[in-house]
Amino acid sequence: MIQLTVNGTEESFTGEPEMPLLWYLRDILGLTGSKFGCGVGLCGACTVHVNGQATRSCVTAMRDAAGKEVATVEGLEKNGLHPVQKAWMQINVPQCGYCQVGQIMQAAALLNSKKKPTDHEIDDAMSGNICRCGTYQRIRAAIKAASVEMA
Amino acid sequence: MSAIENVSRRRFLAGGIVAAGALVLGVRYYPKLSGDDKLRHDTNADHASLHPSAYLGIDLDGTVWIMASRSEMGTTSRTTLPLVVADELDADWKRVKIEQAIGDKRYGDQNTDGSHSIRSFYFAMREAGATARFMLIQAAAKQWGVAAAECETDLHVVVHRSTNRRAGYGELAASAAKFPVPPKEELKLKPKSAWRYIGKGEVSYDLEALVTGKAIYGMDARLEGMVYASVERPPVLGGKVKSYDDKEPLKVAGVRQIIPIDPFQPPPAFQPLGGIAVIADNTWAAFQGRKKLNISWDNGPNETYNSDSYKSELRATSHNPCKVVRNIGDADAVFAKGGKVYEADYYVPLLAHAAMEPLVALAEFKDGKATLWAPTQNPQAVQDIVSKELGIAKEDVICHVTLLGGGFGRKSKPDYVAEAAVLSRKMGRPVKVVWTREDDIKFDYYNAVASMYMKAALGANGKPTAWLQRSVFPPIPSIFDVNAVYGDPAHLQQGWTDIPYDLPNLRVENGPAKAHVRIGWLRSVANIYHAFAIQCFTNELAHAAGRDPLDYLLDLIGQPRTIDFKGVEYPNYGAALDAYPWETGRLRHVTELVAEKSGWGKRKYGKGTGVGIAAHRSFLTYVATVVEVEVNDQGEVRIPRVDVALDAGLVVNPEATRAQFEGAAVFGTSVARSGEITATKGVVDQSNFQDYPVARINEVPDQTNVYIVESDAPPAGVGEPGVPPFIAAFCNAIFAATGKRVRDLPITKLGLS
Repeated sequence: MIQLTVNGTEESFTGEPEMPLLWYLRDILGLTGSKFGCGVGLCGACTVHVNGQATRSCVTAMRDAAGKEVATVEGLEKNGLHPVQKAWMQINVPQCGYCQVGQIMQAAALLNSKKKPTDHEIDDAMSGNICRCGTYQRIRAAIKAASVEMA
Repeated sequence: MSAIENVSRRRFLAGGIVAAGALVLGVRYYPKLSGDDKLRHDTNADHASLHPSAYLGIDLDGTVWIMASRSEMGTTSRTTLPLVVADELDADWKRVKIEQAIGDKRYGDQNTDGSHSIRSFYFAMREAGATARFMLIQAAAKQWGVAAAECETDLHVVVHRSTNRRAGYGELAASAAKFPVPPKEELKLKPKSAWRYIGKGEVSYDLEALVTGKAIYGMDARLEGMVYASVERPPVLGGKVKSYDDKEPLKVAGVRQIIPIDPFQPPPAFQPLGGIAVIADNTWAAFQGRKKLNISWDNGPNETYNSDSYKSELRATSHNPCKVVRNIGDADAVFAKGGKVYEADYYVPLLAHAAMEPLVALAEFKDGKATLWAPTQNPQAVQDIVSKELGIAKEDVICHVTLLGGGFGRKSKPDYVAEAAVLSRKMGRPVKVVWTREDDIKFDYYNAVASMYMKAALGANGKPTAWLQRSVFPPIPSIFDVNAVYGDPAHLQQGWTDIPYDLPNLRVENGPAKAHVRIGWLRSVANIYHAFAIQCFTNELAHAAGRDPLDYLLDLIGQPRTIDFKGVEYPNYGAALDAYPWETGRLRHVTELVAEKSGWGKRKYGKGTGVGIAAHRSFLTYVATVVEVEVNDQGEVRIPRVDVALDAGLVVNPEATRAQFEGAAVFGTSVARSGEITATKGVVDQSNFQDYPVARINEVPDQTNVYIVESDAPPAGVGEPGVPPFIAAFCNAIFAATGKRVRDLPITKLGLS
């Protein structure tokens, strides 16, 4: 049995330890905010926080999530909206929106470690997250807006 | 814990587009959630006290329900069309609730493609709003004993100014419903000066849901008792299963059953491809079971297809006379005289859509009826194919439309939804078919590979005295007729027969090509390769003539005039030519505007830096783009800046329009930098983002500046037209920066990255 914490709630899992965390979150817990995009860690749509680090849940086996604290978008902010989410709304980032939860989780982790990231640091941190609609210039602007808000 | 977790433990939520709503708002908002209910004519708008149109209803509490009958895949049409209704109704946007329509012909065409949602429904939305407003005014006038002409509306209330009486829409709804629905002719549409929302726009109705993970896409649809399916499909189009292992997959924990799906009967159209489905308790188990199928295939005749040799065949075809689709004067007579004659071949490979949400659909077949939840651009096409596949009436196919995690044309083709329906009937329970990214890329309806041959003779001032262009590509009609090899007017019109240049001798041709994969619409479609060839060749000729590319482009576009399509089959994107004439003056204007805004000719560019320009009309919208690039010694290309000017007629939602053109520059970047699908022995070589890369944040334009021309012309399209001129302008900029000509896409062919 694998035990872990998801958004502050203790959970236990008795299924295949090789199952990726993404499918546990989506199919078993019903937390569908984290998205399936590529299944091999190339697009970032599935990004969650594991012990505070941005992590591709589609290539993280449940075995490796044992004992960890997992936060998904559903648990990103206990009350209302996270500053990153507010900035995303203020800059009107999303088009189809499918990748945006992963982008937001990645950006939130970035801003936790770097208060005022440069363009280059933003590109470095965000280049694993694909947006096919092409909202990148707004993502960059929203990260900067959020960094001011969080400073 | 969050509401979502609770929701997942109930019989669920797939009918609504926002998860929390399904739980918190309950039955009132999503009256029929389960698969066995029939939703037809059962929307909140239908049940509202005042319901003068299929598109809206008004409750006694003043809530205005507006139906979104088009699919939302990121263009904001789910918001923008209801905004038009709200404007004409003079409604308070904060009191509007949007409902997503199921597939139902009472809403008219629902195929959300071709950049025509606003164009085709703008007046229908205004009429719907005006009809309700008319009836509300009638009701107030009767109640107050005054003439209707003395009453007006002011944000959700009817007002009689001289007696200072006011009545809210909610309190008037029931009495208004007693009046007959007025005929169109009696409606008085608001003057432009009174518009509240049209031309100003609004952010997406779903914005907060999109950033909180509460938005429900097809991938998120769930139903109690559902099982998950993953399908191994024939790797070659038209292939069939010879044998497979039905025992090993069942040993995988969570796998329940193995079910064959019949191969399609040619032509493929929107039928499932066939193959073997693995049914399991969760998505992961289905994926794992599928790896154990060990299928042996009979690949069929398309096994001979290799994209490399196919490219040579297309090119060879384009070097010989083909079918003439437009002719002016006698180009050959000019060429025969010799002089300065230039030729060039251009090539664009097959392209995959790769929307971020892989294909997925949930189906429940029960009591002879099929209910589906799908991220589809075309729910009525879902009804058609599912009714055919299951042999049931179209009315017994209920298709709910979820949000789409991108579409780009792929989700207009409902083969994946039909798979779910077929499997649900065989399983006797709800089945969700989940495509992997590999499936999504390998079993696409690709944008056609195309080879273009261009030839021009230049006169004294460097202007062409004769122009010949031939394109050869496997046409989209080949999915409906295996013998279709020539381009059809609907795709030849896309930047080919409508070359806008003022030329004395012009011949436009198209050659035959047989398809070996499924060909389909992808954002901008044939405009991608046609604009690439024409706009890059124009740039080549400008340099050959020793002229500034902007000046030369304007010279070729010529003086403002309306293109005469006499003798040419030109469908004009389904719009009447008198309402939407092809006006070269508008193309000229956006070209001049973008030149001015980008500082064309005024800025200095150093080594490895340059700008390119291109102009193109597609989907009735005129666009000109200037792209600036920097190329370093390693051949790495950066895009510091893009400027784009557009004339789309009346623009209802400028903010959403800017976003579409920013996104088009990124989509075009993907095409130009790395877009290429190839095939070996009929099998597509690419599988995921490692070998079908799409643009990432560090590869896209640093800034895309969008300039919208103010216009009272009828609204045109904005979702697609930004892509074609971007690609050509980008390639022209690479030439300016490096002296290297991009004639084959993607640019990796030139050693650039």
